[in-house]
Amino acid sequence: MAEPVKLIGAVGSPFTHRAEAALRLKGVPYELIHEDLDNKSELLLRLNPLNKTVPVLLHGDRAICESLVIVQYIDEAFDGPPLLPEEPYDRATTARFWAHFMEHKFSMPFWMALWLDGEPQKGFVREARENLALLEEHLQAQGKKFLAGDSVGYPDLAGSYIPLMLDMFKELSGTSLMGDDEYPAVRQWVKEYNSDEAVKSCLTNKEQLAAYFRVKKDKYKMMVKAMLKQQ
Amino acid sequence: MAKAVKLIGAFGSPFVHRAEVALHLKGVPYELIREDLTNKSELLLRHNPIHKTVPVLLHGDRPAICESLLIVEYVDEAFDGPPLLPVDPYDRAMARFWAQFIEQKCSMPFWMAVWLDDGEAREGFVRETRANLALLEARLQGNRFFAGDAVGYLDFAACGLAHLLGPIEEVAGASLVGAAEFPALRRWVEAYTSDEAVSACLPPREQLVANFAGKKDKIKMAVNAMVQRS
Repeated sequence: MAEPVKLIGAVGSPFTHRAEAALRLKGVPYELIHEDLDNKSELLLRLNPLNKTVPVLLHGDRAICESLVIVQYIDEAFDGPPLLPEEPYDRATTARFWAHFMEHKFSMPFWMALWLDGEPQKGFVREARENLALLEEHLQAQGKKFLAGDSVGYPDLAGSYIPLMLDMFKELSGTSLMGDDEYPAVRQWVKEYNSDEAVKSCLTNKEQLAAYFRVKKDKYKMMVKAMLKQQ
Repeated sequence: MAKAVKLIGAFGSPFVHRAEVALHLKGVPYELIREDLTNKSELLLRHNPIHKTVPVLLHGDRPAICESLLIVEYVDEAFDGPPLLPVDPYDRAMARFWAQFIEQKCSMPFWMAVWLDDGEAREGFVRETRANLALLEARLQGNRFFAGDAVGYLDFAACGLAHLLGPIEEVAGASLVGAAEFPALRRWVEAYTSDEAVSACLPPREQLVANFAGKKDKIKMAVNAMVQRS
């Protein structure tokens, strides 16, 4: 009998979403354990003592932490449609490269642009837009629906915070990241991602997500200001 | 005939080292192209336009593979030879988790702890570094290498602590680790640097010391400025 799969996650967390969407895409049944990040459970702190964050995947008695590590684990441990291409070259240059880009190059300016104000915000908006241009170029050159092919895969999950949050960017940040007619391939990718059946089945309701971020807004604004000072 | 493999790298870089060891362990012949990072070549900028960093792996005439740990995974998958990552998905996940921990949580505090001038800021980074070293010590679990008896992915990820720690501490005049502390890590450093494939791509210690001595003032200025800005 297959070992039970549980996912400890939090509503609104784009990191939890990556893991959940991966499970749905692979067709793996799982139990979602909701975590209140303002009052972390003993279970979470025991399973992820180093980082104390969600998501945490429990497969039988094995605990795996860090969303992208979890996504790769799900791809390798379970049967189902592959989340990475077969060919080593494509795995390295398309799937993993763009996942790395989304995680390490794009996420920081995107997050800072979302929560900062004034001049500092402008700088990060510029940087985020430069990254959007790179993404646009890749999508156009590749000519596929998603970042590494025609189905949702590893790099799309890595970059899923964009489809999740783009709609509410203006409301939360007070500024616009892209004009309506800009970056058409990126817009199309966002649309395709949000329309995928497996992704849709675990997407937090948009109003719930927006409400979640509205509540967290002041806290995040304070956090990024502190982060900026440290740089 | 096998396609030619070239690696664009720079002296002393632990990131380039990772890619080199991976190729050596797999028995893949390659040409090393030395890059001067203060005067980046057209070749590097053409093949890695987004990040503009080394290492960059060129396999045949296909576009480049960038990012050291991605290169390691590619080398593992594209060539025959002993596996560089564990075979079991859970063990692979653990290797990736700890490699990420080293990249994101260990490298910066370590660098700051070594090069900063004495003071409260430095003390904080020293504490953090020592806590990280304790975690890695525990992770070794009495094994020779992180995944057992053979050099692998996590050893490369941690390589900065192996052959660079000594030269850096010597040049910086800093000592983070007492002579009797972290015995498992010390044994690991010894085992790693004496491994045949690893030592084939390690520059001699004196060269590393000289290299860091040459950059010392520049590095110290940069890290001290970073702390003052906060």
